Amino acid sequence: MWFSWSPVAWCCLVSAEKDISPSSNGPKAEPVLFLCICAHMSILIVINFFVFLGDGMNAYMVYKVLTKTSLSIFSRDEVCVKRRFSDFLGLHSKLASKYMHMGYIVPPAPEKSIVGMTKVKVGKEDLSSVEFVEKRRSALERYLLRTVKHPALLKDPDVLQFLESSELPRAVSTQALSGAGILRMVNKAADAVNKMTIKMNESDAWFEEKQQQFDNLDVQLRKLHASVESLVCHRRELSVNTASFAKSAAMLGNSEDHTALSRALSQLAEVEEKIDQLHQDQACADFYLISELLGDYVRLITAVKGVFDQRMKTWAKCQDAQVMLQRKREAEAKLQHANKPDKLQQAKDEIREWEGKVQQGERDFEQISKNIRREVGRFEKDRVKDFRVVIIKYLESLVHTQQQLIKYWEAFLPEAKAIA
Amino acid sequence: MMQEGLDDGPDFLSEEDRGPRAVNVDLQTDATLQVDISDALSERDKVKFTVHTKSTLPNFKQNEFSVVRQHEEFIWLHDSFVESEEYAGYIIPPAPPRPDFDASREKLQKLGEGEGSMTKEEFTKMKQELEAEYLAIFKKTVAMHEVFLCRVAAHPVLRKDLNFHVFLEYNQDLSVRGKNKKEKLEDFFKNVVKSADGVLVAGVKDVDDFFEHEKTFLLEYHNRVKDSSAKSDRMIRSHKSAADDINRIASTLYTLGTQDSTDLCKFFLKVSELFEKTRKIEARVAADEDLKLADLLKYYLRESQAAKDLLYRRGRALVDYENANKALDKARAKNKDVLQAETTQQVCCQKFEKISESAKQELIDFKTRRVAAFRKNLVELAELELKHAKGNLQLLQSCLGVLKGDT
Repeated sequence: MWFSWSPVAWCCLVSAEKDISPSSNGPKAEPVLFLCICAHMSILIVINFFVFLGDGMNAYMVYKVLTKTSLSIFSRDEVCVKRRFSDFLGLHSKLASKYMHMGYIVPPAPEKSIVGMTKVKVGKEDLSSVEFVEKRRSALERYLLRTVKHPALLKDPDVLQFLESSELPRAVSTQALSGAGILRMVNKAADAVNKMTIKMNESDAWFEEKQQQFDNLDVQLRKLHASVESLVCHRRELSVNTASFAKSAAMLGNSEDHTALSRALSQLAEVEEKIDQLHQDQACADFYLISELLGDYVRLITAVKGVFDQRMKTWAKCQDAQVMLQRKREAEAKLQHANKPDKLQQAKDEIREWEGKVQQGERDFEQISKNIRREVGRFEKDRVKDFRVVIIKYLESLVHTQQQLIKYWEAFLPEAKAIA
Repeated sequence: MMQEGLDDGPDFLSEEDRGPRAVNVDLQTDATLQVDISDALSERDKVKFTVHTKSTLPNFKQNEFSVVRQHEEFIWLHDSFVESEEYAGYIIPPAPPRPDFDASREKLQKLGEGEGSMTKEEFTKMKQELEAEYLAIFKKTVAMHEVFLCRVAAHPVLRKDLNFHVFLEYNQDLSVRGKNKKEKLEDFFKNVVKSADGVLVAGVKDVDDFFEHEKTFLLEYHNRVKDSSAKSDRMIRSHKSAADDINRIASTLYTLGTQDSTDLCKFFLKVSELFEKTRKIEARVAADEDLKLADLLKYYLRESQAAKDLLYRRGRALVDYENANKALDKARAKNKDVLQAETTQQVCCQKFEKISESAKQELIDFKTRRVAAFRKNLVELAELELKHAKGNLQLLQSCLGVLKGDT
């Protein structure tokens, strides 16, 4: 089985006396993505051990972030730090404010979930809490891996500090830093775009084409994500119903008074029980491989659309500067005829100032356009790799399931034939 | 009599015949009486079955003939067996359930309402799915009505029943309109009394070990089969839902494949094609589980109830016999109406013994039938599961080979 289970991670969350049967634990998802980064950049990030500090509603989860690397920008080749969820949000907020306006696609941080976290804090040790924690751990891992995959972000001092330094100043106002906060930031850019009185005259067809493509991709990925979530749900349901049927078949076998048939029914019950476990594992694969990947990409595409909007905002700023320059020039022309030498000088100064701003605006616009082209190229390459790797791994999980099914039914068939 | 299964061709979804289907019934009988449902027509709120008979018996005017019957007429025939004293000592083949297309019709209607919200391809696909489902339910109801008739035709005593012959031969409407409200209410009370009685009678320990054992066994078995039947239905429904999800995923992947600007487009198209095929197999797995497992359990739920009814009738006859004995003793003691009491007692005794004798054989036959049916269906279930898993595996592996090679 290609899911590994690490019991160590759980001993701090639940006391030793609690009985947790293997089938009720959510298996830990392998960090699939690092497989493609590792070969490429010699950096590995694993979020493993975590601990619950504090109590009641003030309790918070602490994650141990382990970085192993051979890159020289890091001070050590192996470092382990403790971080909490708000630290991750803080990191993303810093990166977004530094780089988004330049056209860099900054990977979004995982969503806050008040409901999920409250359940865990309240001490609900049921399957959904277990899954929630694992889901979050895995999401944080993927977030960091995507961040360091970005060549510019990897060198960023905030990123290095996050991964290396043992103490990190606590990130404040994390409400603003949540996924909703970032969405607000992105929406503000979109609003600015919508409020543009002069619609951008797109001279570059590439941008128009790409935006359309990303809009389409967004729609389809959301649809796919919804279908996969539905599949996960139904497979889990199937697993539960199969287990229930297995028990019922065992009881039926017990009450059957023909010996051989009774035995065959018990065997059927055993087969169904094994199959129920198979369905459960498959549902996990559905989830951790496909569903989470799709969720990540839906959020990533929001970030991509965000940088396109930033470009438009930059263009609008450039336009505004040009309009302002024009006004200043007109004002200066008027002052030429009036006899006010110091006002004229001021006007000339202002013209120079705005000429500078226009030039800067044009430079910014060129730069952000260049950056976006490069970013989109990189993003698409990563997207192709991610989807290929994950889908192939998913198909392999489906192969494994079918192979197991064949094994179980082949074992059962002679039992059924033996009914005399 | 064996539990009958539907003819399962290699591609269930493309079957569109409503003509004669192969019937997997092991007829122990000869050609003297063969009954089948050669055709069926589904109208708005009823199904018309064409009952086809081939017989060398002299009672019939011809050797081969057909009549058209509706569900109510099957029920009439079944009830006439149940109500007849003559057949008190036999397991009456359970009545076929009422044809129920409501759920399927509702789904088709919802699909029609939601037509605007999906692409033309999706709509056509889903419509085909639902039509196939409707067809499957239709085939099932035909099979269940047929099995009832075959069981009657194979039973040495019931096959001679006059009502049965009328049912087979009389080519006019039998005019057994659905029970009106008053009759339904009467039925309801009859059943209530019966079950109360049933409890009373079941409480009396039988002198005969065989029947005592059968009583204990049947009471428990019936409940367990009921539970298993319900649970297997739920399991199969989840399976169908999962297959539907895979269908939607395949469609979306196809759209992604046609729109994507990167190398992923070919990738998505290939995977979409794969899921289309595996989805069909998954739907087939659910359908086969339904036929071989769920239907088997449902049928034996009804049969075990019919067997319980037989035990109940025998129990009633025993109580009557014992009461008659007591009455005779009283009459002898008072020396009043002794002759009458003696005849009553003799009649009760004969009735009880007649029922016990045939009941014993019926219950032994029931066990034989049950074991054979389970064996057949469990073997077929395992073989089909294997076939489908191997089919799925082959599709997955070949697709993986192509995708991995495409780097």
